[in-house]
Order: sequence, then C-alpha cells, then structure tokens
Amino acid sequence: MNLRTVRRKYTSHLMSGLCLFAVLISLVPLGFILFFVISQGISSLNLDFFTHVQRPVGEMGGGMSNSIVGTLIVCALGGLFAIPTGMLAGIFVAQNAGSMRANMVRFAADVLNGIPSIVIGLFVYAIAVSPFKQFTALAGGVALGIMMIPLIARTTEEMVLMVPGSLLEGSLALGATRAYAMFTVVLPAAMPGIITGIVLALARIAGETAPLLFTAFNNQFWSTSLTQPISTLTVQVYNYATAPYDDWHRQAWAGALVLITLVLTCSVLARFATRRLERMQIGR
Amino acid sequence: MTGKKTSVGDFLFNTGTGVFALVLVLLVAAIGVVLCIQSMPTIREFGLNFWRTQVWDPVSGEFGALPFIWGTLYSSFIAILIAAPISIGVAIFISELCPNSLKQPLVFLTELLATVPSIVYGLWGVFVLVPAVRTVQMWFPDWLRTVPFFSGPRNGVSMLSASLILTIMVIPFTSSVAREVLKAVPMAQRETAYALGATRWEVTRVALHYARVGIVGAIMLGLGRAFGETMAVTMVIGNNPKMSLSLFAPQYTMAAVIANEFTEAANDLHVSALIEIGLVLFIVTFAINAASRMLIWGMTHQKRQTVAMPVKVVSEQAS
Repeated sequence: MNLRTVRRKYTSHLMSGLCLFAVLISLVPLGFILFFVISQGISSLNLDFFTHVQRPVGEMGGGMSNSIVGTLIVCALGGLFAIPTGMLAGIFVAQNAGSMRANMVRFAADVLNGIPSIVIGLFVYAIAVSPFKQFTALAGGVALGIMMIPLIARTTEEMVLMVPGSLLEGSLALGATRAYAMFTVVLPAAMPGIITGIVLALARIAGETAPLLFTAFNNQFWSTSLTQPISTLTVQVYNYATAPYDDWHRQAWAGALVLITLVLTCSVLARFATRRLERMQIGR
Repeated sequence: MTGKKTSVGDFLFNTGTGVFALVLVLLVAAIGVVLCIQSMPTIREFGLNFWRTQVWDPVSGEFGALPFIWGTLYSSFIAILIAAPISIGVAIFISELCPNSLKQPLVFLTELLATVPSIVYGLWGVFVLVPAVRTVQMWFPDWLRTVPFFSGPRNGVSMLSASLILTIMVIPFTSSVAREVLKAVPMAQRETAYALGATRWEVTRVALHYARVGIVGAIMLGLGRAFGETMAVTMVIGNNPKMSLSLFAPQYTMAAVIANEFTEAANDLHVSALIEIGLVLFIVTFAINAASRMLIWGMTHQKRQTVAMPVKVVSEQAS
C-alpha cells in the first residue's frame, strides 16, 4: 500500500468523522431544549394551570385554561378552512400531474409555504381584522388556515400519487368515471397517509405565534366566542416570557411544556402511524 | 385518439377541484396585492428613502428601515454560514454514511427538532442562551473588544444570540431538504465510483457534485426561513434599531419590528410603514423560494427527464 492510498483512506475516515460530529452538534440543542422545558416546566405545572385563567400582575398562581382551549379552537378553525381546500387542491394537482396548471398550483403551494408567518398575519389583519375593527378568534383561524393549506395540498398530492396506478386503471376498466374512481377507490387508499399529513400540519400550526399576534390577539378572560379576541398558548407564553415577573416566567415554562407535549405527541404518533402503514402496505 | 369518453361528472369534478387549486394561487397573489395597497401611504410619502435612511422614530414620523434590513441580512447570513456546513454534514451522514439501522432514528430526531415551536426556541433563548452569551461577553478580554465585531454592551441580548438561535432552527430544515436532494442522486453514480476503486468519501464527493445545484437550493431555502423567522429572534436580539457590525450589539430585524410595534402602532403611517416592511419580506422570500424550488426541481426531476427525452423524440417522429 503506497502513501497515496493511505492518505485517501484516512481522508475518508476523517470526513466521515466530521459528518458524525455535525450530527452530534445538531442534536445537542434538542437535548438542551427538551431538558430545560421539562425540568423548568414540570416544577411550575399544577392542576390550577389547567383549570384557572390568568391572574393579574402581583397575584400568584392562576393558569392557562383559557389559552389551552383557545389554541384548540383556533387550530380547529384553521383545519376547518384548510382541510377541504388543501385536499381538493391536492387532488387537482395529482389528477393533472405533469401539466402546466398542476405545476403552477404546486409552485404556489411551495411559495406559500415559504412565506414568513408574520407576513401572513399582516395579510389577515388587513382583510379580516381592520375592516371590522376587532381582533377575533376567527381571524386567527383564517391565518392558521392559510399556513395549513399548502401543507395539506402537498401531502394529499403525494399520497394520491403513491396509490398504485393499477387501482385507478382497474376501476376505470370496470366503467367508473374518473371522479367516481377517485372518491371510491383512490382516495380511500390514500386516506391514512393524508390523515397523518393533516395531524402533522395541525401540530405545526399549533406552535405558531407570529400570525396570531395581530389576528387572534390575546384575552386574559375565559372566552370561546369566535368574534372576540382569544388567548392562545403560544401568544400567552410570549407575553409571559417577555414580562419582568418571575411568577410569569414560571408560567411561561409550564405553558411551553404543555405546548411542546401537545405538538410532539401529535407528530410522533402521526409518524409512527405512517411507519406502521408503510410496513403493512409492503407486507401486502 | 377519437371517441375519448368524458362525462359531465368528470368535467365538474376537475373544475370543482380546480377552483380550490386556484384559491391557492390567488392567495399568493392576494397577499402581494393587499400588502402593496396597504403600504401605499408610506411608499408615496417616502419612496426609496424609506429603505435608505437609518432613523426610525414613529412618533415624530421618521421612518428609515435600513437598520431592519441590515439586521435581517446580517443575522441570517451568519446563521446560514454556520448552519450550511453542519446541515450538509448531517445530510451526508444520514443519506451516505450511517448504517441503515441508525437512519430512521436520526431522521426522526432531526424532524423532532423541526417540530419544536419557534416560541419554545425563543423562551429557551431568553433564559438559557442569552445568559450563556452574556457569560462569554463578560469573559471576553478587553483588548479584543476594540475589534468592531466584539464591541458593545455586555448584556447578552445581541446579534450573536439571534444568529445562534437562527442557526439551531435552520439546521433541521436545510439538512432535510439536502437529504432529499442527495436521495435523488442515482445509485449508478455511486456504484460507478466504487467500481473505480474510490473510497467512501470520494464516492460521497461524486454524489455531492451531482447534487450541487440542489444543495445550493436547500441552503437558499434555509436562508429564506431565517429571513422570516420572527418570535425567537425578537426575543433575543435586543430590538434596537441601530446598525452595527458588532456581534455583541443589540439590533433589530424586519420581522421583529413588525411583531413588536404593529399592535401598538402610533399612527396610520406607522402601520403602513410596518406593512411595507412586510411587503419587502414577502417579495424577498417569494424570490428566494421560487429560485430555490426551481433549482431543486431541476435536480430531483433530472432522472425522469433523461428517461422521458428519447420517448418524446420517438413520438414526434411518429406523428
């Protein structure tokens, strides 16, 4: 073995080592963040947190029951707007795959996905808040819905395209129209994957703060009205974290723990479900 | 082909879904148009001076957005400078080097990092990262602090904290796109290199060379993300509209100023000014996304194209 070969071999090992190092570096923050959120959050979490609303400055205790419910309401609204729109748009792209218009829609979805959430907040403020001179839960839902549409459209498209063409061809051969085949054969086959995608999208928008700042705003009282400002976990954590009170900081950590548990549980469950499904499909 | 069977139902189905697809396209257009209309007052009042001047004093009606542009560009470029090599390393390790049994768990962990909400990064930044940065600043020797990069107050909230948190947030995103791109490199490329006696790293370099355009796209997408990141940056950058080269100085970004001042805007002009900042953010991220998506599409669709090309030629000759 000459020197050159040895050098090449060691370069190879060295670079592999560097790549492994990069992986470790990228995972350190995850460990740090989870450690702090869990250790700081657990000590501030109690039953009051889930059953009480915020207390004014100076009074200890209180909770975020209104924010938890608010987050659920706003996310549900977002889903209500985005799921039908996103799915139908995704079906359209899959149906016309490869055509100019399908590519255009896909491109729009990718671009919309990349637009900063704060800009979407501004847009919704302009169309749904400023005309009515009122921050509303509904506006928050619209903002989150706009963020969710491209995510759902892309998953639907991918999942529909993953269904074997023979299924569609079989039903067409039996005399089904394309629409009928789509709704009775292809879509049911793609549904598990689409639902996973929807859950992942919901988990992502549940963690959004920026688009809610000037749409849903915040509310320190219990409110489930769609035409009133509503409190959400994310905005509440933001307000508490940037305030100068220790008790509020504790509450912020507890809020972050609840939020991260909600978001991570959803996405972990969804991912495991997909993996199970993939395995089942391979097994078939 | 004649006698192609179409039904009214299919036509309705395609138009019906098409309408919703159109909603998606129109939404992007609408965001641009609405922001443009809403920012007209400041565009008319200040024109290009809005972007050239440095004084931001909403109460006295002075709006110069240069410090925000500077802050956004500076923080994002530092972040991407650190994040790019790490992300590429992560992508290479996962797609080229690591044993199969490790692949799934690693993908899972990086995806977990991407699902952590930005506000949680911000909270962690305020209470863990900022004090850590402050310690570094305290420890920094005085003679080094005369260097413009390290001058400024020692209170932790700074450009450095913002860049670090952006780095952490951009890595999972960029590395997952880069991984997708590497996945699209045909196996034959690697097998050929192995057959010629290449080492593992040399094979990886072949794959990287093949995927270079797509990887540039992945990095650009990461940059786009960094430009638009709001909450975490707002919480750690210090929110001070003063341009400075110093990593230790508190500064401000475009997204942060919108988040902080919009609900408490002093007057209509202030609102319009903030919306104009949003408009520019929209245009910039639109351009970055459009460009990088094209790069990535070109890359991941290459394989299909080379297969499809000859078929096309044949069909043209036949017709």
